[in-house]
Amino acid sequence: MYSLEHKKYLKKIKKDKITTIIYQITIFIIFITLWQILANLDIINTFIFSSPKRIINTIINLYNKEHLLNHIWITVYETFISFLSATIIGTIIATILWWNKKLQKVIEPYLTILNSLPKVALGPIIIIWFGAGIKSIIFMALLISLIITIINVYEGFNSVNKNKIKLMKSLNATKSQIFFKLIFPNSINTIISALKINVSMSLIGVIMGEFLVSKKGIGYLILYGSQIFNLDLVMSGIIILCIVATALYYLIYYVEKIYEKTTH
Amino acid sequence: MNNILETKNLKKIYHTEKQETLAVEDFSFNINEGEFVAIVGPSGCGKSTILSILCGLESKSDGEIKLNKNTKIGYMLQQDSLFEWRNILSNCLLGLEINKSLNQKTKKKVIDLLNTYGLKDFIYSYPDNLSGGMRQRVALIRTLATNPNLLLLDEPFSALDYQSRLAISDDIYNILRKEKKTMIMVTHDIAEAISMCDKVIVLTSRPAKIKSIYNIELENKSTPVNNRKDKKFSYYYDSIWKDIDYHV
Ligand SMILES: Nc1ncnc2c1ncn2[C@@H]1O[C@H](COP(=O)(O)OP(=O)(O)OP(=O)(O)O)[C@@H](O)[C@H]1O
Ligand SMILES: [Mg+2]
Repeated sequence: MYSLEHKKYLKKIKKDKITTIIYQITIFIIFITLWQILANLDIINTFIFSSPKRIINTIINLYNKEHLLNHIWITVYETFISFLSATIIGTIIATILWWNKKLQKVIEPYLTILNSLPKVALGPIIIIWFGAGIKSIIFMALLISLIITIINVYEGFNSVNKNKIKLMKSLNATKSQIFFKLIFPNSINTIISALKINVSMSLIGVIMGEFLVSKKGIGYLILYGSQIFNLDLVMSGIIILCIVATALYYLIYYVEKIYEKTTH
Repeated sequence: MNNILETKNLKKIYHTEKQETLAVEDFSFNINEGEFVAIVGPSGCGKSTILSILCGLESKSDGEIKLNKNTKIGYMLQQDSLFEWRNILSNCLLGLEINKSLNQKTKKKVIDLLNTYGLKDFIYSYPDNLSGGMRQRVALIRTLATNPNLLLLDEPFSALDYQSRLAISDDIYNILRKEKKTMIMVTHDIAEAISMCDKVIVLTSRPAKIKSIYNIELENKSTPVNNRKDKKFSYYYDSIWKDIDYHV
């Protein structure tokens, strides 16, 4: 049983949490209502700024007539494929570089160049290589998150405490034992934070890719909306994107939580 | 008695891009099977370096090391380096996993050791939840787990408070004696060196050279705690104290 002081403490924490949530919801409601009122009073031009009501109607319409779920699914699917391949390929390349320090030194400047290059500049080339389809989109997103994954994971591998490596050596561990019993498990936290960055990176890449080539997906909806000057569609696309991005982020967040639970 | 380890004119230079550091010079000594030897010396003089060379973790720059065949070294490093993602038991089993000798019997021995050293309730805890002294005990058990016969202990009790330090050094002493182990221990505690060991090697400040070697011959050799009350104890204490160059 907790002491009285501790119960008071817990109560206060809970109260703080609830007030925060109340503030957050209030801000949201005020923002939406204000937007709608200004639109109703014709103070803002709904043709350019849209309005909450019109956005909701557009989303319902999209859902009923335009296979909205299909568009969302395509974007999520592309994001996942590029996200997973970036994580796996990136970790494998980081492992190879860890294994072979010399190779790492030789390759380092190339990685830096690739990392600082705005990948969207490669868009036209990618389209020529992979065609105007889903392959180009995935490759684009992959490029964006791959290099940063390699760099982050490799740094994670290298930041392992020297004394721990010394300990493994004193126990006569082989290089692969050092990797699998020390370096890799020690870097799982780094890899998970790389995942968090990757999922947003991949989504950025996918939307960029959809802007460039696609006929489907949330990026396509936004771009199409702007081309036919339907700002309701553009806004709706952005709102949907916000929800998808948040959902993806929390997905990784829960993976992290589950991982933490199994180890502690 | 059998000579288990002998070194001749050991020398170690550390090289970095900016400078070279002469850490050990002209270090010659030998140790017989079953002997306990303490190495004392000023901080930073090269004590850990010597253990690392003996264990093969660092290369020597010059000199000779003769190690008796069938000698299995167990090295307890100065930092405990427990793996945060492994629980206490599996930290202790690391060495057994690595040399592929983990089985029911070896595992049971480790669990027994953990029970003996007051870690019974922490076998499945994680290192973050342990005090410094407990972590050090875990590190010691991890070293003992692979059943080495020559132990190199680098400040094995430094994180313990005075009381547990006395108790544990008594325990360790008894275990190692009973199992006829050989031990080289680095410590900064002169009393600990005299009370636990047969020989005390005093090093100069860096580069570590041998300043003097004391064969500890007490009137009544007994356990470490009792040895501290021996008549000749303070004689050794004073002499060793004077031999160490303390820079203030
Ligand atoms: N890997 C290394 N590279 C370069 N210099 C080193 C390295 N390890 C140790 N040294 C240097 O060698 C000298 C001896 O270090 P060592 O750790 O052996 O001392 P020590 O006697 O164990 O010290 P302490 O009492 O603090 O544990 C120090 O001056 C240290 O800076
Ligand atoms: Mg040291």
